[in-house]
Amino acid sequence: MAQRLIIEAGRTERQYWRDLWRYRELFVFLAWRDLLIRYKQTAVGVAWALFRPLLTMFALLVVMKVGKLNTGGVPAALMLFAGILPWQFFSTALSESGLSLVNNSNLISKVYFPRLVVPASSVITSFVDFLIAAVFAALLLVWYRFLPPLNILCLPFFLLLTFGASFGAGLWIAALMVKYRDFRFIVPFVVQFGLYAAPVLYLTSGIPEKWRLFYSLNPVVGIIDGFRWCILGGQHVIYWPGFGASVVGVTLLVWSGLWYFRKMERTFADMI
Amino acid sequence: MSDAIITAENISKRYWLGHQASQGDGIRHLLETVLRNPAHWFQARREKRRRETEEFWALKDISFQIKAGDVVGIIGRNGAGKSTLLKILSRITEPTTGRIEIEGRVASLLEVGTGFHGDLSGRENIFLNGAILGMTKAEIKKKFDEIVAFSEIEKFLDTPVKRYSSGMFVRLAFAVAAHLEPEILIVDEVLAVGDAAFQKKCLGKMDEVARGGRTVLFVSHNMAVMRQLCNAGLLLDQGRVLQAGTIGEVVDSYLTVGVHTEGHWQRPQPMPDQPGIYFETVRILNQQGEPAGHLDCTDSFTVEIIARATETFNRGQIALRITNKENIIVLTSGHNDAAGKCLPVTPGRHRFRVTIPGNFLAPDIYYLQIAAQVPQVKLFDIIENTLSFCVEDTGSLRTIFHDERAGVIQPVLAWADEAGSEGKS
Repeated sequence: MAQRLIIEAGRTERQYWRDLWRYRELFVFLAWRDLLIRYKQTAVGVAWALFRPLLTMFALLVVMKVGKLNTGGVPAALMLFAGILPWQFFSTALSESGLSLVNNSNLISKVYFPRLVVPASSVITSFVDFLIAAVFAALLLVWYRFLPPLNILCLPFFLLLTFGASFGAGLWIAALMVKYRDFRFIVPFVVQFGLYAAPVLYLTSGIPEKWRLFYSLNPVVGIIDGFRWCILGGQHVIYWPGFGASVVGVTLLVWSGLWYFRKMERTFADMI
Repeated sequence: MSDAIITAENISKRYWLGHQASQGDGIRHLLETVLRNPAHWFQARREKRRRETEEFWALKDISFQIKAGDVVGIIGRNGAGKSTLLKILSRITEPTTGRIEIEGRVASLLEVGTGFHGDLSGRENIFLNGAILGMTKAEIKKKFDEIVAFSEIEKFLDTPVKRYSSGMFVRLAFAVAAHLEPEILIVDEVLAVGDAAFQKKCLGKMDEVARGGRTVLFVSHNMAVMRQLCNAGLLLDQGRVLQAGTIGEVVDSYLTVGVHTEGHWQRPQPMPDQPGIYFETVRILNQQGEPAGHLDCTDSFTVEIIARATETFNRGQIALRITNKENIIVLTSGHNDAAGKCLPVTPGRHRFRVTIPGNFLAPDIYYLQIAAQVPQVKLFDIIENTLSFCVEDTGSLRTIFHDERAGVIQPVLAWADEAGSEGKS
């Protein structure tokens, strides 16, 4: 089946979406590779996917106990873990996909494929970590004999929102990093600082009403709120204006991320 | 519909050069210059920005057609734009202007082992690399055994490739690439790796691919391989197509390109006033008598020296020395060698010519040193480090036999084999 390909200045990406479909297997392979090598030559292997959120939880638990922070009527461990789960997914996916292009620069400069495949597969790799941590979260619920409310059926929607947020932001950072390696230093800082800017350690209900909508402009806020609402229910209600802001924000992030990435994509091989 | 499988029209590619920040940048320097003279600083900055964004056309208005089933050798010196062209054809980078139409699936092999990951086993890397090169999982599965057999690494399939020897690594990488089956295959100088035996095997595979009716675009600096594999050629020079034609024609013209850069010397300043013998020009001429910097290893070539003597020098001598890349002196020769005695150099203009036989120098790059002197008494003029020439491998013994033939010269000697002659004296 001979197919015609036209390469033209500024219009190479005509067949882009068709190519993206043709390269779906590469997408799977890249994700699979990242999973395989992620925990190679580590002593505990894939258990790291569990240890990281767990250690974060213990550290924050200490802070919570000392600061006597509000947990919204559920055990502190549950309240924290429901926040850490999406946060860890978001932050890992963001940093991994942000670095993905630069880390695969040898591929970018030597082989053609739709570059979108690279950051997308990084998000998938982080998602596997998320799944492992989610299994642990389920065990934690069993341990505390805590039955999640029916809201939990909405969890896939919030998961999708997390996907969107990390993919959109990851696209921006990946494309920017090709030209400005500064982001290599900016991203870890954002992630570190973000843990406190996002409502992982505290509840959004504690934010003064007049600031709350503004605070919710951070799409992660709506996501974490949503996770708590789904898993814990009870006092953890959704702040609907904030939720709306999150949905709009994530949509915008994905859309603009795709736009910027595609715009820069044609120069990646020359600049990387 | 024409039978062209690739049609390229007016392809150009522009790069911006010199984005690197120059020395003396940094905050302290910046503050210093700004405080001293703001206007001057502003001007300098504009100047610098202009300098930093100097444009460079790697390809300029290239148009060509490639017919289905052709095996095209793309020839040119370093920097001629070969790699850029391959990158554009394989869609890694976009042309700045122009349009290309390609009928069929393209796979490109610009590097052996792209995407190989050291921590993954050979088996895993076959799948990963195959996918990167554009194969589907089903295709890789079907070819898996063939790939493993070709690479000769059965025993190490489950060893991480970072523990492989470099030879094994290259074998595996090439094996995957060799089993690609697109309509159009683009290959950049990848045969220059591996040991001689494996190279021979790769060449065989390439030949098989070419005979299978697929279109191949191939870059190599090995003219012998080009002649052997390709039927058509495309000669690039400084981003332009210099010639397109049969591979024979194109290789021949490549060998005579660049005449005025290497195989030629001309006195830059007027002759000195003092008495002596001084050179005017020196040229290297190929067997056809044309000036050339690149020579066919099977052909003879001539060094032509035009010199002027101010008066008679009874013991004057013009001498030539050929040195190879490793600075080993291959030979030294004087114009009076054959006479076996001193020959007087008479006043006026002289044209000296000396011919170096074909099948003599091994393919390599050589430097030519020429001196006008009275041996051990006075050196009038010397040309050093400016004349060089390249003896091209167009079918030397090394290529024919695929062996690592050592030695700075590579003559074809006449051997006698008198079978069953033992006991005879």
